[in-house]
Amino acid sequence: MSAAAIFFYLIAAFILGTGILAVTTRKIFRASIWLLFSLIGIAALYFWLKLEFLAAVQIIVYVGGIVVLIIFSIFLTIKSGDEMQKPLLVRSIFSALSVIFGAAFIMKLLHKYPFKLNTGKPFELKVSDIGTQMLDTKNFGYLLPFELISMLLLAAMIGCIVIAIKHKETANNLPNQSI
Amino acid sequence: MNEVPLTHILFLSTALFFIGAYGLFTRRNMITMLMAIELMLNSVNINFVAFNKYLYADKLDGIFFSIFIITIAAAEAAVAIAIIINLYRSHHSIDVEDATELKY
Repeated sequence: MSAAAIFFYLIAAFILGTGILAVTTRKIFRASIWLLFSLIGIAALYFWLKLEFLAAVQIIVYVGGIVVLIIFSIFLTIKSGDEMQKPLLVRSIFSALSVIFGAAFIMKLLHKYPFKLNTGKPFELKVSDIGTQMLDTKNFGYLLPFELISMLLLAAMIGCIVIAIKHKETANNLPNQSI
Repeated sequence: MNEVPLTHILFLSTALFFIGAYGLFTRRNMITMLMAIELMLNSVNINFVAFNKYLYADKLDGIFFSIFIITIAAAEAAVAIAIIINLYRSHHSIDVEDATELKY
């Protein structure tokens, strides 16, 4: 086994271990920190695949953006030191069973499937190629999805502000109506 | 890098997807459910990238799909957190069992 393969299995064990901790730990702040490590491990996997651009995007958007957003919302909503209540035993047993059977089923299918591996020229990713194809209208360019995604992001940002804005007159009497 | 077969990378992404699914089934707190969804989206990204690299080395479509998925995941997380904060203002709880007005 070569060094690259050993690195792959180390990265895989890191991702899976921190992912399991992120969904099972009962302190919510620790869960978010384990999620952070899992996402960093996925960025390391992209580095291992020699996709530096995607790894940089992963670190900037996920680690720098989404996890920080999640941590802020934890501070805004719950006491982060408290332990969350345990899931019901029946629920955790049945979800573990369904997850294990589903994973075993798909892994069995994957194990048998004959993939036609590409044996032509090796894969190399140049950032200039990404830019050229993304803003191309011909040659299978991705200009239309790019514009759609930019509109979606704008709409999502405006929608977030509208949803989370505090209304002066309703903020006072809403808590009394609830539950 | 060719000594790791494609199947092992797909095993990794399958395991990560089902870890996320387990979190989604067992957690009752909205923020932790959102974290589980992020894990599942990341496993899909790993799949796209691995297929692109191992099977279609002369194309870039898997990379584009991963970039678009990352963008949509960012927008989705922002909207979800805005909804969670709004729900916390009205219910003083972000447990999914407490938000049942639309259920009955």
